[in-house]
Amino acid sequence: MWRGCLFGTGLCILLGAQASAFTAYVSNEKSNTISVIDTDKFAVVKTIKVGQRPRGIELTRDGKFILVAVGDDDTIQMIDTASLEVIATLPSGPDPELFIQDPAGKILYVANENDNTVTIIDMEQRVPVGAVQVGVEPEGMGLSPDGKILVNTSETTNMAHFIDTATRQIVANVLVDARPRFAEFKRDGSELWVSSEIGGTVSVIDPAKHAVIKKIAFEIPGLRKEAIQAVGIGITRDGKTGFVALGPANRIAVVDGTTHEVKKYLLVGQRVWHMAFTPDEKYLLTTNGVSNDVSVIDVTSLKVIKTIQVGELPWGVAISQQ
Amino acid sequence: MIRRLSAGIVLLASISASAQPVETKIGYLHRVEPKAGLSLLQVPPENNGVAGAQVAINDNNTTGKFLNQHFSLEEVRIDESKDAAAAAAALAERGISLVIADLPADGLLAAADAGKSTNLLLFNAGAIDERLREEDCRANVIHTAPTRSMLADALAQYLVWKQWRRWLLIVGSHPADQLYGDALRRAAKRFGARLVQEKVFEDTGGARRTDSGVVQIQRQMSTFTQGAPAYDVVVAADESEAFALYLPYRTWDPRPVAGSAGLVPTSWDASHDQWGAVQLQERFSKQFARRMTARDMQAWTAVRMIGESASRTRSTEPKAMLDFLKGPDFTLAAFKGQRLTLRDWNLQLRQPILLSDGRMIVSVSPQEGFLHQVSELDTLGVDRPESKCRLK
Repeated sequence: MWRGCLFGTGLCILLGAQASAFTAYVSNEKSNTISVIDTDKFAVVKTIKVGQRPRGIELTRDGKFILVAVGDDDTIQMIDTASLEVIATLPSGPDPELFIQDPAGKILYVANENDNTVTIIDMEQRVPVGAVQVGVEPEGMGLSPDGKILVNTSETTNMAHFIDTATRQIVANVLVDARPRFAEFKRDGSELWVSSEIGGTVSVIDPAKHAVIKKIAFEIPGLRKEAIQAVGIGITRDGKTGFVALGPANRIAVVDGTTHEVKKYLLVGQRVWHMAFTPDEKYLLTTNGVSNDVSVIDVTSLKVIKTIQVGELPWGVAISQQ
Repeated sequence: MIRRLSAGIVLLASISASAQPVETKIGYLHRVEPKAGLSLLQVPPENNGVAGAQVAINDNNTTGKFLNQHFSLEEVRIDESKDAAAAAAALAERGISLVIADLPADGLLAAADAGKSTNLLLFNAGAIDERLREEDCRANVIHTAPTRSMLADALAQYLVWKQWRRWLLIVGSHPADQLYGDALRRAAKRFGARLVQEKVFEDTGGARRTDSGVVQIQRQMSTFTQGAPAYDVVVAADESEAFALYLPYRTWDPRPVAGSAGLVPTSWDASHDQWGAVQLQERFSKQFARRMTARDMQAWTAVRMIGESASRTRSTEPKAMLDFLKGPDFTLAAFKGQRLTLRDWNLQLRQPILLSDGRMIVSVSPQEGFLHQVSELDTLGVDRPESKCRLK
C-alpha cells in the first residue's frame, strides 16, 4: 500500500494516480478551500479555492464533478475533477448545507437551512424544478437506495421528514432527539440512522413503519454527556458496521450494525464532523473541525492509522470511485 | 427485517396531520419600563422579549403543522408590578395556563402565587434575581433568564483563565447594582480572584444625554479610578446604566473593563454566530427589522420549551409539561453548542453564558478546566448543595 516516494513529490502523485489510489476531497469551512488528498499516500496534493463557507461535498455519480455547497454564497459549485476548477454553479436556494443525488445522478435534493425548504434541482439543466416545505432549519439528507424516499432532518423541529420523491409530498414525520444533523440509509434499505447533535444519540428508524426502533446512546468515561454530540454517520455496504462521529467528544463510535451496540470508540481529531469510506471500504476518512486535520481509520483493524493536515475547519469529505 | 425491539424504547408512530389542529394559547405578561440608557445602541426596543417569543411561536407552528398543533401568543402589558396578580388571573380565566413573564421579582411572585390554584405555569424570561431561584423559589415558575450569579461566574471564570485576578470593583448605588456587586464578589471568591479595592459610584441622577457631551466625563472617570492599588481589570456592577459604559478608555490606568460594560456576560448577543445561531439571528431580523437581544432569546427559549414539550408529550397541560421539562428526557437545542436542561431543584435552565464585547463574542463560559461532577454548566451559579430553594 505504502509507495516509496524516492523521486520527489511529482512522481509520487503520478504513481499514486496510476495505481488503485482514490482521491478524497475535503471542504474546509473556514479557509474556503477544498483539500485534495491522494488516498494512496494519504497526503494533500492540491488545494482548490472555492466560494464562501464550503460544507456539504459530494461527487457526481459519473465522477466528473465535485459538488460543494458554499453556504455564504447561496449556491452549490461544480468543480471539474479533471481540471480541479470551478466550472459552474447550481441554483441551490439560500444557504445550502447538505444535499444528496438521486441514484441516476440526475436530480439533486438540497437542504436550505434558512428557508425551511428542500430544493429540488435538475442537474442536467441546472435549474430548480421544485421545493418541499419541511421543518425549521433543514439539514440532514438521506435517500432510500431505490430512490423513492427522501429523508430530510430539521434541526429545530427535531424530525426526520419522509418525502415521496415521485409526488414530492411529505408522507411521514418521525420525532428524533434534539438537533438532528445527518441521515443515512443502510444499503439494503432496512434501516435509516439519524444522528442528533444536541440529543447526543442516533435514532435507528424502520423506514417502512416510520418508527424509531432503537436509540443508540454513547457513554465515554470521563466525558460529560453535553460533550457527546452525534453528527456524521457511515455504514459499511454489508450493513454490519456503523461509524458515528461524536463531535466535541473527539471520537468515532463503532457500532454493530445488527445489534446496534457500541463496540468501540476511536480517538480522532478535535470536533469530528463527517466521514467517507474509500470505495474498497478499507479506509474511513473523518474530518476533524477544530484540529484542522483528517483522520484515517483502518476499517478492518478499527485503528486510526494516520492524520493528515488540511485547511482550516475541515467539515465534509467525499471520495472518488476510482 | 428488524429482529428485535429493545426494551424501554418508545415506539413513535408516524405522525401525519389531520383535521383541526389543537390550539395552545401562550400568555406573555410584561411590564414595560421606559429606560433611557447611556448608549443609544442599548435602548431596549418597544417589543423587547415579546419579539423573541413571536419568532419561537412561528418555529413551533412550523413543527406543529406536522403534529396537528398550533400555538399563538397573547400579549398583556401592565404598568405596575402590583397589577401582575390580577393580570395572571385574567389570563387563567381565558383558559391560558402557560405564561411567559417578563416582570420584576415582586410582580413575578405575585403572578405565580395568584396562579397556583389555576395550575398556572410561568416561564420567567426577564428577572435575573437570585432570590427567585433561592428562598423565594416557586414550584410553578421555570426560569429561562440566567441569574446574576450565573452571569458573574461566567465572567469570573474567563477573567481568572486570563490570569486577570486583581479586580477593581466598582458598584453602582442602586439596589440592583448592589445585588450584581454581591454576585461578583461571590464569583471572585469562588474562582480565586481578588478585589484590590471596592468603590461605589453614586448615581446623583441627571440626564443621560446632554448638549455639552462627554467633555466632563473623560475627566470624571479618570480621576474616579485614580490612585487604585495595582489591578488587572475594572469590574463594574451597574445594572442601572449610570456609569459603567463611561469606563472603557477613560480609566486612569490603561486597563480593560468588564461586567456591565466592556466584556459583558449575557445569555445572547446580536453578534453570536456559532452553532447555527446565524439561522436564528436571520429569522429574527427578517421578521422584526432589528437585532435580537438577550431578553428576546430568553423569551424564545421559553416558548421553544413549551413547543418541545408539546411535541414530545402531545400535551400542553401544565402539570404534564412541568414533569417532562424537569425529567431526564428534556433537552433543548438553543444555539449554545450544547444541550440545555433544567435544574430540577429550582427550575433554572442550565445554559452557557456568552461573553460579548458589544461587537463580537469573545468567549463562552463555562471555561475549559472548570469541572463539575454532574454538568460543567453547574459551575455557573448557585449549585444544588448550596441552594436554599425548597420547591413546594
